[in-house]
Amino acid sequence: MISNGLVVAAGEQQGYQAPTIDDMHLPAIFEIGSFAFGKQMLLVMLSVVIVAGFFMYAARKRAMVPSRTQFIGEMGYGMARNSLGKEIIGAHAYKPFVPLLFTAFFFILVNNLYGSIPLIQLPTMSYVGSAYALAIIAYVTWVGVGIKRKGLGTFFKDMTMPSGVPPVIYVILIPIEFMSNMLIRPATHALRLFATMFGGHLAIMVAASLTQYLIMEAGGFAALASVGSGVLGIFLFFLELMIQCIQAYVFTLLLAVYLQGSVSEGH
Amino acid sequence: MEGSLTAIGYGLSAIGGGIGVGLIFAAYMTSVARQPESQKTLQPMLFLGFALVEALAILGLVLAFIM
Repeated sequence: MISNGLVVAAGEQQGYQAPTIDDMHLPAIFEIGSFAFGKQMLLVMLSVVIVAGFFMYAARKRAMVPSRTQFIGEMGYGMARNSLGKEIIGAHAYKPFVPLLFTAFFFILVNNLYGSIPLIQLPTMSYVGSAYALAIIAYVTWVGVGIKRKGLGTFFKDMTMPSGVPPVIYVILIPIEFMSNMLIRPATHALRLFATMFGGHLAIMVAASLTQYLIMEAGGFAALASVGSGVLGIFLFFLELMIQCIQAYVFTLLLAVYLQGSVSEGH
Repeated sequence: MEGSLTAIGYGLSAIGGGIGVGLIFAAYMTSVARQPESQKTLQPMLFLGFALVEALAILGLVLAFIM
């Protein structure tokens, strides 16, 4: 609306066109039949190389007195192991899940931080498919672990029948709990990651294209207003940098919380 | 003036999620401030509740994109 007002003041007819969802989707690099290989797939593969390469490089010597790289690697591993695994899943059951939590956190972190690296600037999770894939892996894992540890009946009883409720209420409660735990939970697990990456990226795009428009096309007095949108864009960039780290943490934390529900005895 | 009404719908759904998440974190902070040793018990509950409440706002965002 602000841009519309400025455009009228500058005597333009065409007006500012905000970037849309279609601008987020880059054309594929190459296609084989219906399979299209795009930039985000390349970045996903690159992230595996980055994460594996960094931690293998950091752990190559296993010195008693760690070098700086080894220290950073150990710190990252210790964070995933202790604050995500040990404290949430519980000291007696967390060990088998440390590799999963560690991989999930650093894979998502690198994929999110792509959004803030100049020239790359595409968080892979802004494609909903990649977020779905991660959530499916998480869902299959925690449901599988729950069924294996508790047996099918007990697992679904824990998931759908919270204790300490009068039996009559179960008629209403079981469908609601089933919906919220088995259906909405995996969907939001994926969409939370997708929505924050997508929304933040789009917001930066709007701020940047508005700045560009005000300087290049509106001109004159309106160019002064570009300072505002430019500062807003920089602010959004740093906000997004923070959100990228937090969302990687939140995704892994929720995975740990769900796993904790699968391994703990009924509560 | 043009625009999508679904975006307004998302804005409305975000109000509920925002208030809910705020209340959850406020309650968590008050309890941990009063009884710091309860933090480990409360933390999984905090994130379960927060994930559930935020679901409403996320569903609203999805509906905003569907149109």
